[in-house]
Amino acid sequence: MVMEIVCPAGTPAALRAAVKAGAHTIYCGFADETNARNFPGLNFDRSEMRDGVAFAHAHGAKVLVAINTFPRAGDEVIWHRAIDDAAASSADAVILADLGLLNYAAQNHPDLRRHLSVQAAAANADVINFYAEAFGVKRVVLPRVLSVPEIAAINAETEVETEVFVFGGLCVMAEGRCSLSSYATGLSPNMNGVCSPASHVEYSEDQGVLDARLGGYTIHRVGKDESAPYPTLCKGCFNAGGKSGHLFEDPVSLNAERLIPQLQKAGVTALKIEGRQRSRSYVAQVVRNFRAAVDALEAGHPLPEGMLARLSEGQAMTTGAYKKTWR
Amino acid sequence: MELTVGPNQFFWSADRWAALYEYLADAPVDRVVLGELVCSKRLPFYQDRIPDAVSTLLDAGKSVALTSLALVTLKRERKLTTELAEMGGEVEINDLTALPHLPQGAKFSVGPLVNVYNEGTLAWLAARGAQRICLPPELPLSSVEVLAAAAADLGVTIEVWGHGRLPLGISGRCNHARLHGRTKDNCQFACEDDADGLEVRTLDDQPFLAMNGVQTLSDSYASAAHHIDALAKAGVSALRLSPQSTGFTALCVLYRGLLDGRCNGDQTVEAIRKINSSARLSNGFLTGDFGADWSGGAAQASGRT
Repeated sequence: MVMEIVCPAGTPAALRAAVKAGAHTIYCGFADETNARNFPGLNFDRSEMRDGVAFAHAHGAKVLVAINTFPRAGDEVIWHRAIDDAAASSADAVILADLGLLNYAAQNHPDLRRHLSVQAAAANADVINFYAEAFGVKRVVLPRVLSVPEIAAINAETEVETEVFVFGGLCVMAEGRCSLSSYATGLSPNMNGVCSPASHVEYSEDQGVLDARLGGYTIHRVGKDESAPYPTLCKGCFNAGGKSGHLFEDPVSLNAERLIPQLQKAGVTALKIEGRQRSRSYVAQVVRNFRAAVDALEAGHPLPEGMLARLSEGQAMTTGAYKKTWR
Repeated sequence: MELTVGPNQFFWSADRWAALYEYLADAPVDRVVLGELVCSKRLPFYQDRIPDAVSTLLDAGKSVALTSLALVTLKRERKLTTELAEMGGEVEINDLTALPHLPQGAKFSVGPLVNVYNEGTLAWLAARGAQRICLPPELPLSSVEVLAAAAADLGVTIEVWGHGRLPLGISGRCNHARLHGRTKDNCQFACEDDADGLEVRTLDDQPFLAMNGVQTLSDSYASAAHHIDALAKAGVSALRLSPQSTGFTALCVLYRGLLDGRCNGDQTVEAIRKINSSARLSNGFLTGDFGADWSGGAAQASGRT
């Protein structure tokens, strides 16, 4: 079976562009703290979600609704309503991470398909099977800590479908288990759906040197004519043990396009593209390229060459944890 | 309020590791969670010392639990997790992988690295047999209050991070090995020389984080010293202290005194600074604007300018 391309949409326009570009599946979220890309101007209100799902279905594509932050104590009803509304929109599945929400969805919407978000960091077959037994989870988005052989081993031991990230931003820490951002800024992926938020970024220039700070911590310093990367905490520059540099991860993004055949052999069902914050033209281009790749693979043809190089905009690419030496 | 000592997060020699639990047998703490939380490669170095440590603590009247690993990926780690569940002692799960291996109906406790952010999750875990939950350190006091109230109705004991470097992230990659130009599989135990983690500073030379193998901690030592009354009022019944290489038993005595009302928050903080003069403190996750924030006066900020 052809591998499923799962594509991000931060706006209704991006959803339509991705569907037209050939995405099999779109994932998106409501415009609030219930999803892990809670950025200003992004995401869907309720009517946009209904229309988006209808548009996708009319074109033979599916829509997954990410409700993958961890509900705030006392305010769970906001997250419960998001699940109810996803179901009412005829979404094909919800993507959840929180135990309480998985339980709520399983109890109240048993027919609504449940996917386990990468935010749950389910990194082995035992825990994946546990989520399947306890909550009827049908698909898991694997955390970005696993090598391709480890993914194959997981697939050999579970009936749960696996979805893996192949392109875009890359978390270095196990997702859903990182509070670096809230330590520095008070806002976190788990609680607020944001990491290293733009509201806490400052740039300052002094004598030809450009500093980038997050929450007051200087984590990038470049000459004023060099490009200044966004100060994401785990990709910042630090000093430790007499060394200076990107001690956790370089400012790279993930590109596993060359690994698609191996991922298919490993039993992966779906390939996920990161970037609900990206423009619709970017999304459409990435989708076209990945769709061409999986179609070529299915037809027994070689992968198109160097298809995504120009999208990286000079940024370095990595295959991340899929190759064991990354560790 | 009870005092719990959490699992040692760092890589210590077996002798140093065992000595901690010898000391703790005589320390004014109620409960000790031990075992390997961070990296399965460290465990063989002290694994055979664990049974003695457990009996010593039990003989001293402490309640004892064994922790699961925080991130379970390898086959060997899955096996370790299964064996842990089969040992029959109390298990503190710090990754849900341990949960399906526990015998049906077995009571267990939940550590700070399991995401318990709300009442729904708490109730689900309680129904599954959780008796005690140490909440994630990231939670603000307002959430702690709601969760402690919900837990009381369910008969679950709530514990809160009381003192120690905060576990902020765990990775598939060993950053400590990477710093030394090695990979995780060939790490040569790059983390063993840093008994409290390796200080990570910003480009302005501000202390910020601490590197501990695959784990990333805060540079600051979080302290709930100024929040004991609020936590007690909320219904929190235990405070967790995280082991550090110097002055730890003195810290246990100090916090016991604070919980018993023999000293107040300010006096406790003053004494902490005497025990560990270079340590920066934080309490921002509980009541501040950000985790590294410190409400306890200007004497020593948490590193941010």
